[in-house]
Amino acid sequence: MKNSVFLGAFAATTLVAGLAQAQTTLETVQSRGELNCGVSTGLAGFSAPDGNGVWQGFDVAFCRAVAAAVLDDPMAVNFVPTTGQTRFSALASGEVDILARNTTWTFSRDVDLNFTFLGTNYYDGQGFMVTRDLGVSSALELDGATVCIQTGTTTELNLADYFRVNGMAYEPVPIETNAEAQQQYLAGACDVYTTDVSGLAATRASFASPSDHVILPEVISKEPLGPAVRHGDDQWADIGRWTLFALIAAEELGVTSANIDEMKAGTDNPEINRLLGSEGDLGAMFGLDSEWAVRAIAAAGNYGEIFSATIGEQTPIGLARGLNAQWTQGGLLYAPPFR
Amino acid sequence: MSDTHAQTVAYVRESMLPEASPPIAEKGAVKWLRENLFSGWLNTILTVLSLLAIWYLLSAIGPWLLNAVWNAQSLRECREILDGASGACFAVIKDRWHQLLFGFYPPHLYWRPVLSLILLFVALAPVLFSQVPRKFLGLSALYPFVAYHLLWGGSVWLPVSVILGFVLGYVAFRVLARIAPLVAITGAILVPVLWWIFFAGTFTSAMTSVAPIGLDFVRSDRFGGFLISLVIGVSGISLSLPIGILLALGRQSDMVFVKSVCVMVIEFIRGVPLITLLFTASLLLNYFLPPGTAFDLILRVIIMVTLFASAYMAEVIRGGLAALPKGQYEAADALGLDYWKAQRLIIMPQALKISIPGIVNTFIGLFKDTTLVVFIGLLDPIGLSNAIRADTDWNGIYWELFIFIGALFFIFCFGMSRYSMYLERKLKTDHR
Amino acid sequence: MSTSDDLRRMTSVPKRSFRPSMLLYDQRYRSITIQVFFLFMLMLGAAWLIDNTVSNLRALGRDFSFAFLNAPAGYDINQRPIAYDSQMTHGRAALVGFLNTIILAVLACALATVLGVVAGVLRLSNNWIVGRLMTVYIEVFRNIPTLLWIVIFGAIMTEAMPAPSAFRGDDPAASMLFNDAVAVTNRGVYIPSIEFVRDLGDLRIGPVAPSLNWLLVFFVIIAGIYANKRLIAHATAVQNATGIRPKTWWKSILILLGPVVVILVALGAYLDYPELRGFNFAGGTHLRNSLIAMWLGLGIYTGAFVAENVRAGILAISRGQTEAAFALGMQPGKTMRLVILPQALRVIIPPLISQYLNITKNTSLGLAVGYMDLRSTLGGITINQTGRELEGMLLMMLIYLAISLTISGAMNVYNSRVKLKER
Repeated sequence: MKNSVFLGAFAATTLVAGLAQAQTTLETVQSRGELNCGVSTGLAGFSAPDGNGVWQGFDVAFCRAVAAAVLDDPMAVNFVPTTGQTRFSALASGEVDILARNTTWTFSRDVDLNFTFLGTNYYDGQGFMVTRDLGVSSALELDGATVCIQTGTTTELNLADYFRVNGMAYEPVPIETNAEAQQQYLAGACDVYTTDVSGLAATRASFASPSDHVILPEVISKEPLGPAVRHGDDQWADIGRWTLFALIAAEELGVTSANIDEMKAGTDNPEINRLLGSEGDLGAMFGLDSEWAVRAIAAAGNYGEIFSATIGEQTPIGLARGLNAQWTQGGLLYAPPFR
Repeated sequence: MSDTHAQTVAYVRESMLPEASPPIAEKGAVKWLRENLFSGWLNTILTVLSLLAIWYLLSAIGPWLLNAVWNAQSLRECREILDGASGACFAVIKDRWHQLLFGFYPPHLYWRPVLSLILLFVALAPVLFSQVPRKFLGLSALYPFVAYHLLWGGSVWLPVSVILGFVLGYVAFRVLARIAPLVAITGAILVPVLWWIFFAGTFTSAMTSVAPIGLDFVRSDRFGGFLISLVIGVSGISLSLPIGILLALGRQSDMVFVKSVCVMVIEFIRGVPLITLLFTASLLLNYFLPPGTAFDLILRVIIMVTLFASAYMAEVIRGGLAALPKGQYEAADALGLDYWKAQRLIIMPQALKISIPGIVNTFIGLFKDTTLVVFIGLLDPIGLSNAIRADTDWNGIYWELFIFIGALFFIFCFGMSRYSMYLERKLKTDHR
Repeated sequence: MSTSDDLRRMTSVPKRSFRPSMLLYDQRYRSITIQVFFLFMLMLGAAWLIDNTVSNLRALGRDFSFAFLNAPAGYDINQRPIAYDSQMTHGRAALVGFLNTIILAVLACALATVLGVVAGVLRLSNNWIVGRLMTVYIEVFRNIPTLLWIVIFGAIMTEAMPAPSAFRGDDPAASMLFNDAVAVTNRGVYIPSIEFVRDLGDLRIGPVAPSLNWLLVFFVIIAGIYANKRLIAHATAVQNATGIRPKTWWKSILILLGPVVVILVALGAYLDYPELRGFNFAGGTHLRNSLIAMWLGLGIYTGAFVAENVRAGILAISRGQTEAAFALGMQPGKTMRLVILPQALRVIIPPLISQYLNITKNTSLGLAVGYMDLRSTLGGITINQTGRELEGMLLMMLIYLAISLTISGAMNVYNSRVKLKER
């Protein structure tokens, strides 16, 4: 940091910084000793700083797992708050190494913006929330309504499509941040608030009287949310992708942060042994040691543990697993085999 | 008309009458009221309208202010205390004032920004008040480094190595000046640049390992609130002064090419909104710099704000240059001074003095404009007011925060504008 | 180099042969040398920037193209001065944003001018309380950032105004103003709009399609103003010739209003009142919160600056002018209108135009309250959805630059026209 300030101050006259280019992302991160992780500026349950300024949440936990795998220290993460507007340029410019900011995986973001999505860590869909006294029970009754949306997201495109397809008119009120959108909705400046269902649940949970608000049954889009990295460094993408799969597989295999210490010594399940590095050396294939997955899982637990600690039913957010259950439980989470 | 009449004519009074008191409508409060408030039907209407407006405002805001709650943990608690009555909830200020002023700066280090602010006024004193001896100007030049070290901390050798660069440049200039002026200028530019690129880093790390003195390092993302407004505003203005002078001189130059480039730069920057430059800082600057360069957002913002302020500064200084009597230029020429000597010894000292009110006004504008950084995700006072509102405790609080932020800005800007007006008056008499 | 060297060089007869050192030490060549050097450094810097950009773009696998402007935008815009829907192109969306920027700038400039002139004149009034009140207005608004004012006016609109549902029911909590013509809600202000029974259709010129009805009305108004100008010129000519000024006021009114009324009746114009239907008010014109917050915020803030300019302009007119007018027996109001203001305008207009420039640039703060101006459409959502920040920002800067240069160009033309013609 000190060095970067110094370099920056004289960047106009220096070319020294150009040397950094030759390194891979993994080498850059390891030599920096810190992972730069782009997160949302504050969405309860997914990423928000707590009273002591320590970042907490579902997306934050993923960054910590990657940091643990790569740097052996889950706290060695520098969280860069990004808005819907700045997130992609932050990733593209190298300001962040990985973007974990409930970003929807779409064709154009993957292909045109040249990002590699590492998979889906949360399957979501866009929904609507209205006040109970409005007396609306379906999104199809919303003709002519005023709708609050957060700009810079896929939500405004989905919204336009949905109302267009159903031949309804609406009045969009574009708003920059989630907090401001809540304010407008509560003040009655819009009839409907629309965003991902998970976000609606989180928002409703923070209201003074959540029962006065209904989330309508229609889910109008598919929103596979996942972390993303830049195109062009497959090794780094693999590390991120398989860290995510390690967390998912750990839940499927019953590896938790509680029992991981005894399991890493070796079990009679070869899949677990390969995952935890007591058999074979998968980590070496992408430039890490054999215990990378142990550290990633120990950082904040497996996928299920992270989910229930940050956004699960015991938390104020209160989200059910739904689509985000393991494939064995009727969900969509399906980690490829570790071999 | 002489006093002889007094004795001769019976109907002429002999002694002066005592002064009679003026009629009731022509004295005291009544007269003042009549002359100042009700001197005609138009004025009467205006007075009545103004009184109505004032009454309306007071009756709307008065009870709300009088009922203010200062002790509460959340807006809900405030409303319980008020129990349905209308009243302000200034408890939020009491709860969060330190965030609005310092952002997330570590609380036990608050003395550092405060000290740098006090030192700022000390450093500015020789510039702003002519009574202070000029000798202290040298100390003012040291201020940026002291302030940098106070605010960010880290090793003390980093600012020292930067200062050393300037010292080396000066020494090179003095030594090479004996050979030829052109060599001296080249040396004065090249030597510090080479020092900074190749040796400063080594020097800093070597000295730090030998004598690790310095303050605790504070990361830029801890900066927020008024601290960030002041840091951006003050550094933007002070860095833009030299660039502004060069641009202004370029615009006045006889060299067609130099002149047109300067005009283009100035008009381009003045023609686009500041916010597009800030977006350039946050989104585009990385495209223009060598691949892999990444540095701090605050620094990038300071660079763009400096560019922005330079264009306005150039126009202010151009005004100062234009206000100088032509005789000054001719006198300098008559003395046989070359261009730079004339500028340094005769033109600039006078032009800058005339420009100070304009510079202060530019600073006021820039200081207010620093609130725009909220759009690129920096937590200035307005950004923090959003963040505070996002907290469930203070969800829905508006006016109290706006009043606090507005009042702080008002105090700062009003104070500065009064100063610049005082200066303008002073300078005006000097020149007549 | 000593002075005697200089002297010798200057006085010696220039040799015909050219020596390289002359490039530096000869007055005739030095400026060329410096400029060539400057040009060289400039090109080097530009090449460095362009090279960096190209290599950065290549590293990201991007190209530099404006083709995205022809792709469907996919998002909706609430305030649409021209026809627009989400299937139209990003370019069209940018055009809508541009028009919104212009609309806001014009509205805010008008408000700032009116407020500024009134406050500036009143601040100099003899009336103690009015003078003080105006000083307070000017100082308070000038010294607090405009963004804060915009946010405050936005908050006033959403937090302090009634929701549309408050107008519903037999005993509504809120009621419409001016005989059910205007509704002030927390979603904006609904005012009646003028509609036509007979529609002449639209005129297609390029991307915009203005309504022929409005064009016709506009044309008639312009024609009326022109005819009135001729009438007054004629009256002045008669006065100059005979010394008696013919009465023109009733003719003026007839010329200005008559044709407009006729054309409006012919087209079947009527007022469309807003009324509560479904979730919102329907009919009439909807001035959205975002527009009102921006309008008031920019207008009142800049009005304070204009007031200072007006005051400075009036104070710049020498006291003798006022005294001379009084000596002629003019009333204070007439003195201001006929003697002081016309002269003060010459001083007031240049800074006034630069305030207009500021307003235009400050419209880019629209995103703070969700106003869909150029910055929010092209510079916001479009850049976001397409990821073309380099092209989008460049285009946006050029558009703002073009607006600014147009305004300052207009100012220069005006300045040269009103410049004191000294003989």
